[in-house]
Amino acid sequence: MEVCNCIEPQWPADELLMKYQYISDFFIAIAYFSIPLELIYFVKKSAVFPYRWVLVQFGAFIVLCGATHLINLWTFTTHSRTVALVMTTAKVLTAVVSCATALMLVHIIPDLLSVKTRELFLKNKAAELDREMGLIRTQEETGRHVRMLTHEIRSTLDRHTILKTTLVELGRTLALEECALWMPTRTGLELQLSYTLRQQHPVEYTVPIQLPVISQVFGTSRAVKISPNSPVARLRPVSGKYMLGEVVAVRVPLLHLSNFQINDWPELSTKRYALMVLMLPSDSARQWHVHELELVEVVADQVAVALSHAAILEESMRARDLLMEQNVALDLARREAETAIRARNDFLAVMNHEMRTPMHAIIALSSLLQETELTPEQRLMVETILKSSNLLATLMNDVLDLSRLEDGSLQLDLGTFNLHSLFREVLNLIKPIAVVKKLPITLNLAPDLPEFVVGDEKRLMQIILNIVGNAVKFSKQGSISVTALVYKSDTRAPDFFVEPTGSHFYLRVKVKDLGAGINPQDIPKLFTKFAQTQSLATRSSGGSGLGLAISKRFVNLMEGNIWIESDGLGKGCTAIFDVKLGISNESKQSGVPKDPANNRHANFDGLKVLVMDENGVSRMVTKGLLVHIGCEVSTASTSEECLRAVSHEHKVVFMDVCMPGVENYQIALRIHEKFTKQRHQRPLLVALTGNTDKSTKDKCMSFGLDGVLLKPVSLDNMRNVLSDLLEHRVLYEAM
Amino acid sequence: MDALVAQLQMQFRDYTISLYQQGFLDDQFTELKKLQDEGSPDFVAEVLSLFFEDCVKLIGNMARALDQTGTVDYSQVGASVHQLKGSSSSVGAKRVKGLCVTFKEYCEAKNYEGCVRCLQQVDIEYKTLKTKLQDMFNLEKQIIQAGGIVPQVDIN
Repeated sequence: MEVCNCIEPQWPADELLMKYQYISDFFIAIAYFSIPLELIYFVKKSAVFPYRWVLVQFGAFIVLCGATHLINLWTFTTHSRTVALVMTTAKVLTAVVSCATALMLVHIIPDLLSVKTRELFLKNKAAELDREMGLIRTQEETGRHVRMLTHEIRSTLDRHTILKTTLVELGRTLALEECALWMPTRTGLELQLSYTLRQQHPVEYTVPIQLPVISQVFGTSRAVKISPNSPVARLRPVSGKYMLGEVVAVRVPLLHLSNFQINDWPELSTKRYALMVLMLPSDSARQWHVHELELVEVVADQVAVALSHAAILEESMRARDLLMEQNVALDLARREAETAIRARNDFLAVMNHEMRTPMHAIIALSSLLQETELTPEQRLMVETILKSSNLLATLMNDVLDLSRLEDGSLQLDLGTFNLHSLFREVLNLIKPIAVVKKLPITLNLAPDLPEFVVGDEKRLMQIILNIVGNAVKFSKQGSISVTALVYKSDTRAPDFFVEPTGSHFYLRVKVKDLGAGINPQDIPKLFTKFAQTQSLATRSSGGSGLGLAISKRFVNLMEGNIWIESDGLGKGCTAIFDVKLGISNESKQSGVPKDPANNRHANFDGLKVLVMDENGVSRMVTKGLLVHIGCEVSTASTSEECLRAVSHEHKVVFMDVCMPGVENYQIALRIHEKFTKQRHQRPLLVALTGNTDKSTKDKCMSFGLDGVLLKPVSLDNMRNVLSDLLEHRVLYEAM
Repeated sequence: MDALVAQLQMQFRDYTISLYQQGFLDDQFTELKKLQDEGSPDFVAEVLSLFFEDCVKLIGNMARALDQTGTVDYSQVGASVHQLKGSSSSVGAKRVKGLCVTFKEYCEAKNYEGCVRCLQQVDIEYKTLKTKLQDMFNLEKQIIQAGGIVPQVDIN
């Protein structure tokens, strides 16, 4: 078909419209063709596009629309039937596709829309998560800060360091402008500014504790926002900043460990608090966030704990210092006491000697004087002197003994002695006086009383003498009986239980007299020092009151008991005492240390030995000897036999070296050689020889023999020698 | 029966003591008797029989050595004497041992007459000892047969 290329010739007015339609259709077609191209281009570019089929449809739809419009261009002028056909086809197709697309879009558009909503939703979610992340991060930051802070605070036990560190760390973590700590004063009525962060020397600045803002803060354990203008927050002179930062205050509990005068305090709160004030930087428009407040509260708690620890430590250090002081004082006191005791002992020792010497002189010379010719008055005087000096001597002895007994420095002199003769001696001593006073004394020794005992003879005699002497002294008439027996437990001594052991026994001595008797009430006093019963009868007897006290102490030292029974005044009394004595029968200490040594190696059972002797008879005798002792004996009659037979099982080799020459000594060397590898298994080598001069000994030693024995060996000798040998591994003494 | 035993025991005791006193036996014999126990009931008898055999052998050796015409091998004689000395001292044959000592000296001095004389003496001596010990053992046997036990004779 011919397309008129010239558009120029004059078209009629309605052809202007046609012209415009023509141009529009043309442009529509272009646009319709370019749109799918753009779509394809961009879809190809994007990675994700789920609706390709839709795109194709849409593309087809647009292309066909465009094609329709394009073909429209030819329908303006008269056109052939082909064009009309094409036009129709295109239109039909376009209709079909567009209907299909329309139908399709019904399904697709909701999806597309929902994609959009989902996208919006995800965006929101992402924003939310971001927010939360930010929150968590801040919290973690806070937590880290708290941990670090806590660590810093708790790493020291010094109170000032704790507080200073707290303020510094808090200031750093929260980026504070100022941080201050107000501590309660000693009186508790005011809070004093103790620590600040920025200011180097805080002014001694106090506020009364009764301020409402302070009470408010103390009333809760949480951090409280307070006004920047309150007295506690106004730490510096206002320097014209128009916007003070927000201030938070929190209480810090303190422990009650310092002296706290609570005289004027009407209502007593059980806890004391310090006040921590934190100020945000001014002009920063920052606000206190919840997590920051939480941080502050946590820190305040930690500070409280750290402070209490520091306080405890201080207290314990103080207590320890106190204890050390006391120790030192006690030590000093002890040393002083020891010095005093030593001084006293020295004094006593010296005085003992110094006092006794003149005393003895007096007594001796007075006795001598008594022997000379004297007038009756002189005799009386000398007798008095003698009596007094004897008394004095006894008194000195008693005092000395007693003082030594008191501080426990007295020890018994144990020894073996004859008990029976001790009693007889006492009686012999007392008899003269008793005879003079016409008081018969009888001694009854129980038949089972051991004769030889172990104990302190002198002091036992002292006790018996004292008691019997008392009996004689305090009796005007009647007889005195002394009974000694072996004590078997009976019920008369209420607080004294006896367990006789194999080597000890308890001696009971009863001294009964029919003299003055004692008032039962006075009995407890009898054994106290220097106390005397005041009855007339006794006062004339004289003597110090020490005798019974000393006897009692001696008896106690001998693990015994002493007491007096009396039926009353005038009815006589019985003095009874028990002491523990040792029985001296077979010697317990004699051969004991020696016997184990002998017995230890007397058992030679199965000890393997080798006997080398050329002489059959002496070989047999030696073998018999060793067999009798219990050894297992092998014999050899020549060196070769010996060398062949010797093994590590043999512990000793006895070799006869009587033959002149050195052949037999060679065997020792060869045995040494045999055992060079197992030196510890080598048997001991003993030479049996008839002569034991030095040359033989030297020869033996030089050949490496461990010992030399003189033949013939006796049985005991062999035993001792073997045990010595086995113990010491060498023997050169059995000569 | 007991009277017999007692008598025998007394006889035994006296005889033993006489042997010691006459110098036939010394302490070593006592030691030897100590070694006799249940484990070795005939120990003494065994040792003594061995000793006497030894005596015969050694004396024979020495006689032969001394009988040699020509040079006498004194070292050989000396060796035998040494052995005999050892044996006799082991059993406590005091007199024999004493003779051996003398014999040895003669040997070292190579004194022929002395050696021969000693040899004869040794011969006599050991035979005497043998007889005496035989008697002692017979006594022991009689005591045991009579139902008694051989008494321990304490020499000291």
